Amino acid sequence: MATMTVIEAVRSTLDEEMARDDRIFLLGEDVEAGGVFRATDGLHAKYGERVIDSPLAESSIIGISIGAAHYGLRPVAEIQFADFIHSGFDQLCSEASRWSYRTNGDSFLPMVVRAPWGGGVHGGQHHSQSIEAYYSHMPGIKVVAPAFPADFRSLLKASILDPNPVLFLEHKRIYRLIKQDVDNAPAETQLSRARITRPGADLTIIAYGFMLHESLSAAETLAGEGIDCMVVDLLTLNPLDTETILESAKATGKVLVVHEDTLTGGLGGEISAIIAEHAFEYLDAPIRRIAGPDVPAMPYHHAMEEFFMPNREKIAAAARDLAAY
Amino acid sequence: MTTVTMPQLGESVTEGTILAWLKQPGDPIALDDSLCEIETEKVTAELPSPYEGVMGEILVPQGETVDVGAALCTVVEGAAGAAAPSANGHQSSTARASGWSGGPMSIPPDEDKKAPAPAGAPAVEATAPPEADPREPAQAAARTSTKPDQRQRFYSPAVMRLAQEHSVDLAVIRGTGVGGRVTRKDVDAAISGAGTVAPAPAVESGPQSAARAASPAQSAAAYTVVPLTPTRRTIAENLKRSNLEAPQAWTMVEADVTGLVRLRTREKEAFLRQEGVELTLLPYFTLAVCETLREFPMLNARWEGEELRHYGALDIGIAVASAHGLVVPVIHGAGDLNISGLAKRIVDLAQRAQTRKLRLEDIEGGTFTVNNTGSFGSIASKPIVNYPQVGIVTMERVVKRAVVRDEDAIAVRSMVNVCLSFDHRALDGVEAGGFLAALKRRLEAIA
Repeated sequence: MATMTVIEAVRSTLDEEMARDDRIFLLGEDVEAGGVFRATDGLHAKYGERVIDSPLAESSIIGISIGAAHYGLRPVAEIQFADFIHSGFDQLCSEASRWSYRTNGDSFLPMVVRAPWGGGVHGGQHHSQSIEAYYSHMPGIKVVAPAFPADFRSLLKASILDPNPVLFLEHKRIYRLIKQDVDNAPAETQLSRARITRPGADLTIIAYGFMLHESLSAAETLAGEGIDCMVVDLLTLNPLDTETILESAKATGKVLVVHEDTLTGGLGGEISAIIAEHAFEYLDAPIRRIAGPDVPAMPYHHAMEEFFMPNREKIAAAARDLAAY
Repeated sequence: MTTVTMPQLGESVTEGTILAWLKQPGDPIALDDSLCEIETEKVTAELPSPYEGVMGEILVPQGETVDVGAALCTVVEGAAGAAAPSANGHQSSTARASGWSGGPMSIPPDEDKKAPAPAGAPAVEATAPPEADPREPAQAAARTSTKPDQRQRFYSPAVMRLAQEHSVDLAVIRGTGVGGRVTRKDVDAAISGAGTVAPAPAVESGPQSAARAASPAQSAAAYTVVPLTPTRRTIAENLKRSNLEAPQAWTMVEADVTGLVRLRTREKEAFLRQEGVELTLLPYFTLAVCETLREFPMLNARWEGEELRHYGALDIGIAVASAHGLVVPVIHGAGDLNISGLAKRIVDLAQRAQTRKLRLEDIEGGTFTVNNTGSFGSIASKPIVNYPQVGIVTMERVVKRAVVRDEDAIAVRSMVNVCLSFDHRALDGVEAGGFLAALKRRLEAIA
């Protein structure tokens, strides 16, 4: 197996899981043909009618998944671009999220919705969105956003096994950008757990998805300048691993939260609040946030997209200020 | 163009040294921006700019020591510098609200739109006095001189917590953060590096305390952290300094004040009627101390730097335990007062200490201190010299005791212990002993 990209990690995991459990089936737009990012490549040929093309209707994709889960199947739906998921918002947030709660824990809704998300791929306004904050606000839906191939594998498996609805976010930019020897990767992680990816003493950078890689790169640059950054990979965005967040914040007293989602109402606010509330006496500097600007959508023009996206230089600059504070 | 001068950072400070210039010519300056770091014999402080504008010329180079009042630098007021934070009339408040303006933690443009004040930024400036008036540099300087600590430094929660857990004196730590801020790492270094910093001793004794101090996280719930008020800090600083710098000796005599007690009992009703204040033993004691100090002027003195100053006037401090902490108001010219005058002054100062109405001059310039420790029942105490004075005497509780008198007769007498701590640098035991013996004679002679 050895070294693989993120997309290979997703595809191989789907394959392995479908082989393990024949209740698992895939549905989504063009998934029979392999999907626009090739995450289901070859699976229709192998599993036949367990890989189903859906109409271009996300509310129906999620609604069908809810129904199928009720009937004892294990649906893994694909939303072609996360930007399109919102027409299924009501199905996810008003129905799927509440099932176990409504039945007082008597029954569960095991379903996974996979969604390629994020910008930096020249996708313009309708193919670049960060949607995690909307759904992380919803108790009852787990939201997962890994950064490394091995974590894609272990967390996709865990998501399929989980008895609750899981929104599994796959950042488009890292589908083929990030490779990892998954056999020699760090220990498998669990849902709802973050990981301190890089230890450090001077300040803590908290990130996820593509921004985790940009943060690691910034940390590498800063190490050469004598600034020792701890980098935390959130992995699961809902529920947040407050234990690891607080542990990492207390360790350095200086926290920088990074996401490409827009600033206001983004996860950075929630993470900052958790730290301010429970680790106030450990803070040695104001908590800093690097985030997308509060504009309605990712711009298409290259220069403007660059302006929008946080990157390693912006992260390093903020981290330098924080270290000096 | 206006000139910024060396402020007087504390009583009796006459000069200061420029440790570092924090602004360079041409730098924009907001009101209360730190211009430079100044070190004096008493404090190290950052000098807040009384003006806003642009830094002009530096007149005193780094490392040089100049007198109070000497010109340090010039500031070109208004326009150019103010343009940086804002263009309208709210310059000073804008500069204060954004906190890091001009500093390295400036707000990125994307955040600026929605979030004019980034989280936490105002905290940096929250310690700045709100009423700063750019037109009155003298006022600003005076503020610095009376309360250097309040303006001087901002401590983060992490720094405060570590300092309390490890009993670290933050005032002596040199900050490496922005504007000389003491960072968590600076405190960590002071804790691990210096070795002079002992783990917090006071909370509890016994074998557990060391282990607890070593693991602050575990012990956090075991005690309540009490934030130090400025008064508490001042008391702590003064007493610590006295103990660290003045080698103090202690001695005690016992006096038979039966006559004094009878006199007071005889006089007190008439005294209250005539004078309007209660007659206590303290004015008699203070009067006896004043008379004895005339005989032993080496105790009416202050140890100022390398100079021992004997004073002619008797300015006697009276220790008062107020609800806000210990204060030692001074009866200036106590040597000119009789019992009635002393009684009234003591009552007045004690009342004003309780109601926090003491003026600066009421607590400055004492030459010797009297402490009425008997008021809380003590029969012997070891006072700490009120630095830079060189002596402090206590009047302990008057108790009736069976005393063997001259002809081996046993009699019930009113006895009092009188304790003296003195700075042994300034005088020797023979003088201190002579003082106490003379005081005892005076007290016993009253009838």
